[in-house]
Amino acid sequence: MATAAAHRTTADAQTGQAEQAAAYEAAFNTAVAADERIEPRDWMPDAYRASLVRQMAQHAHSEIIGMQPEANWITRAPSLRRKAILMAKVQDEAGHGLYLYSAAETLGTGREELLDKLHSGRQKYSSIFNYPTLTWADVGAIGWLVDGAAITNQVPLCRCSYGPYARAMVRICKEESFHQRQGYELLLHLSKGTPEQHAMAQDAVDRWWWPSLMMFGPPDDESAHSAQSMAWKIKRHSNDELRQRFVDIAVPQAEALGLTLPDPDLRWNEERGQYDFGPIDWDEFWDVLKGNGPCNEQRITQRRTAHEEGAWVREAASAYAAKHGKAAA
Amino acid sequence: MTAALALGDDALVLSHRLGEWAGHAPVLEEEVALANIALDLLGQARILLSLVGDEDELAYLREERAFRNLQLVEQPNGDFAQTIARQLCFSTYQRLLYGQLAAGDGEFAPLAAKAVKEVAYHQDHAEHWTLRLGDGTEESHGRMQRGCDALWRFTGEMFQPVEGVDVDWQKLEAGWRESVGAVLERATLTVPEGPQCGAWAAGAGRQGLHTEPFGRMIAEMQHLHRSHPGATW
Repeated sequence: MATAAAHRTTADAQTGQAEQAAAYEAAFNTAVAADERIEPRDWMPDAYRASLVRQMAQHAHSEIIGMQPEANWITRAPSLRRKAILMAKVQDEAGHGLYLYSAAETLGTGREELLDKLHSGRQKYSSIFNYPTLTWADVGAIGWLVDGAAITNQVPLCRCSYGPYARAMVRICKEESFHQRQGYELLLHLSKGTPEQHAMAQDAVDRWWWPSLMMFGPPDDESAHSAQSMAWKIKRHSNDELRQRFVDIAVPQAEALGLTLPDPDLRWNEERGQYDFGPIDWDEFWDVLKGNGPCNEQRITQRRTAHEEGAWVREAASAYAAKHGKAAA
Repeated sequence: MTAALALGDDALVLSHRLGEWAGHAPVLEEEVALANIALDLLGQARILLSLVGDEDELAYLREERAFRNLQLVEQPNGDFAQTIARQLCFSTYQRLLYGQLAAGDGEFAPLAAKAVKEVAYHQDHAEHWTLRLGDGTEESHGRMQRGCDALWRFTGEMFQPVEGVDVDWQKLEAGWRESVGAVLERATLTVPEGPQCGAWAAGAGRQGLHTEPFGRMIAEMQHLHRSHPGATW
């Protein structure tokens, strides 16, 4: 009797657990459908958690790797005002990386673990940062185009279903918009400057335009995570929709700058009320993503070197904290 | 004129050196902190240089021999310990210097009153890292001591009176020795025994005599600006 009762209790418990799991999943789906925020202590599907960790980590890594192409010009900035603006921007990027790692940590991962995955190539960062900054005008082109594309991507993320990510994006988008205006203003100044400065600005836009369009990711029919991310309301718009939105915003801005965009097929489509644009070189996109872009090796090596050469500093801080209590660290 | 140039060049050159750390710091928090300090210093430099003339002409079009900064601030970053040793020496000096200037009624008083708040943060940052590195691991202790030893011979120049800077230089030096000595002691480090000045180097930076790495630093800093004479940015 005792054994039979125990069996029955186990079976009841299993049924109970299954019912509970189904109830949790239903509550999650209802919350997402009602545009409520999912918070760290809420139940969430494992795949939702994994997908968010992947996306937020990649986003954080992009901020950190993205410091490099711009920091490349800090010591050569041509005026003290521009130097101050650039330093402040690179500092903001480190800060954005910190917010995003913190937001990712609410999902049960750790910054150390994420950095380790970046350094070993198991997690990615935005392909755009594998392009080199060859002239000062590239700093402006990055501000206008790269930050512009990032904002187009990130503003809808302010309504992402995961609360900590959405809140991080609100803070980040405010600062990004400021950087973008500064980049635009830098390019405008060059465009209206000497003929050499104008040529420098045009050359930078020619080199950064297509890589910026690639920032929105592969076309919708080749995007592995898109459908699920949209169902979970992590993403709100498809890659192609956001890319089109960006082109529509950027074309009149280029005209105002007095610069051209390097696309012979770019023209207004009266019927669609949007710009048509030429084909993207997806072979180049996938090649850069696989690690064969102009700076992939350099970017990851610099990041790894900074981390490895800083190991003794982090060890010293831990040893000191252990001796003197956490508060002293 | 000379005074604003001397103080402005100190801030400009150290800011530049700290800017070289961007993307290379040992932890993300230090990317933020070092850039923050560099920005404060650049802000000070711009105000000070503007008292003398056009900030960009002064930063980008002077030759090496016309810069009036201390040799200390132009020293290469070295490892993180050497950077922190340079920060400890200089920010302690700057805090005491600006503290005196802020208390006076000279032309630098308003600037010093603002800057002294920033500089107190810089000194706090340097002090905390000196403690962590000095009293951290055996390796960090050794590196921190070597950083201090390597820079010690550039510290005497800070106390060579600068014409037009109305402070009590003896009091400044005594305060500096006391403050730095106390931090080094708490960090289990030894106050370096070597001389605080080289044989002919006392006041050299202030007279436009610099160390070899400086020329390379300003070549990089000035290159683009000089490549486009007359352009604005």
